[in-house]
Amino acid sequence: MAIRGKAHTVGHHIDTDVIIPARYLVTTDPAELAKYVFEDLDPSLRQRIAPGDVLVAGENFGQGSSREHAPIAIKGVGISCIVAVSFARIFYRNAFNIGLPVVECQDVQARVSEGDELDVDLATGVIRNVTRGEAYKGTPVPEFMLRLLTAGGIVGYVRAELARERQ
Amino acid sequence: MAMTMTEKILAAHAGRPEVHPGELIDCTVDFLFANDITAPLAIKEFEKMGVAQVFDPDRVAFVFDHYVPNKDIASAQQCKITRDFVDGHNLPHFFDVGRSGIAHVLLAELGYVVPGDVFVGADSHTCNHGALGAFSTGVGSSDLAAAMALGRLWLRVPESMKFVFHGRPRPWVTGKDLILKVIGEIGVDGARYGAMEFCGDTLTHLTMDERFSITNMAVEAGAKNGIMEADDVVLEWIRPRARRAITVYRSDPGASYVDVREVDVSTLDPVVSAPASPGNVVSVREVGGVKVDQCFIGTCTNGRIEDMRLAARVLAGRKVHPRTRLLVIPATPAVYRQALDEGLVQIFLDAGAAFSTSTCGPCIGGHMGVLADGEVCVSTSSRNFVGRMGHRGSKVYLSNAAVAAAAAVAGKLVHPDEVVRDPVPV
Ligand code: SF4
Repeated sequence: MAIRGKAHTVGHHIDTDVIIPARYLVTTDPAELAKYVFEDLDPSLRQRIAPGDVLVAGENFGQGSSREHAPIAIKGVGISCIVAVSFARIFYRNAFNIGLPVVECQDVQARVSEGDELDVDLATGVIRNVTRGEAYKGTPVPEFMLRLLTAGGIVGYVRAELARERQ
Repeated sequence: MAMTMTEKILAAHAGRPEVHPGELIDCTVDFLFANDITAPLAIKEFEKMGVAQVFDPDRVAFVFDHYVPNKDIASAQQCKITRDFVDGHNLPHFFDVGRSGIAHVLLAELGYVVPGDVFVGADSHTCNHGALGAFSTGVGSSDLAAAMALGRLWLRVPESMKFVFHGRPRPWVTGKDLILKVIGEIGVDGARYGAMEFCGDTLTHLTMDERFSITNMAVEAGAKNGIMEADDVVLEWIRPRARRAITVYRSDPGASYVDVREVDVSTLDPVVSAPASPGNVVSVREVGGVKVDQCFIGTCTNGRIEDMRLAARVLAGRKVHPRTRLLVIPATPAVYRQALDEGLVQIFLDAGAAFSTSTCGPCIGGHMGVLADGEVCVSTSSRNFVGRMGHRGSKVYLSNAAVAAAAAVAGKLVHPDEVVRDPVPV
């Protein structure tokens, strides 16, 4: 699965409260949530994001609450993939469960600038920076997570599990 | 192979003799729940999964705590989704306004989680229940929907870290200070993906309420779960309420830990997390003098009866500062009733505090005490991220209940000793 898009960079320890503040958690609609994504971090960020763009972050992206509204809002605004130095665990699970791929990569945040064109290969974990002509070696997305993605997230996975049990 | 408590519980639920950190396992789940914010999304995903009924109606609870009593039309509509689902599926364990409280405190109080369980909740502070010697972790709504359908959940076996607390805490130093101290030391991702095991002689000085506030905040260090052994204090507390059989697991002497930290509690002063990270931990004396607009005592971290008592000890015979607001919100109806029976509510009202029915409300800047730009709040909650309790220009200091009560009286951050000058009974 390959992904190509323009990078938008954010810092370390981005928490779910600044991704989507709790005051907007009165809906589960992706388009509605996308209207407020990153509001308390940088209200102009969402306007700069075009469909297919890649979010680049530092350590511990998505720390804090278990709200799945956070990856839904990010996917809803058009982000196709998040590359970060590391992810908070609940966010990591939630992202794959809703079909938003995320990749861990040590170098990415230090090397990539806002607007760089990135090419992400999930299976190998290699991120190519087309603008700078560089490549960074990230962690390959585990096979189980790739299966979740191809199944269309956890819903598809559970349907398959149930079908297997019924046989 | 020698195993930690966490590994033993997971192995038992994966039907294996042993498990190793890093392995992906498929685990049976003893009990699960969602709240008014996470349930609607879980229900939406559950319905897409093509299952007619939850795996076991007796092992699923829905607890309304965040936006209840409903704050506006949108939150009312959202709650209705869950209310309708509960009716349609005839689910017995549903907690709505009046009988509900903050899920983590309520479900433990009512015996829904017991030592040895694998307990899963669609709320990050589900790690709260580790104080009972259970494996308890927070997940998102889709994971919860999967567990509702299958009665199982895939998990990565976490590496364990051990925290050994030594010594007797000084007056005004509580379980909350111990966990803040640890988070300050290892950082907000210091235990990422891991299990935090807490032990040491200090635990014998801590009540269940204080222990819960320790495991409750394991997620603030990035952990998957926090856990403590089910000792006599735990067993005495849980036996009269347990709804299922108890299994006590202990870590083997040779179990492996990626890190072992010793914490000397005896010299510790009350601490606070300064804005805007739970990891910004400093002694309250270091930030003394910061002017405070609002104080909030409540939440799943510190809205239990011990917290009410501690706050009352500071507030008795005193008044909230004229330029400060104090909100006291007991975590459950049982805590509310007990505070009433013990005369604590009288003390709060006499002091000039607002006392209300159980809700998360202010903790997430939801309702019942949202902050304005530039305002400062001292809160007994667990998170002080930008905008957490209101305007993105507001600031939150996290503390124990005594520090929050003292700040309310002084109108600024102070050590409780500066407000309560007579010696504290220990
Ligand atoms: S009290 Fe705060 S931290 Fe606890 S469950 Fe409610 S919103 Fe979450």
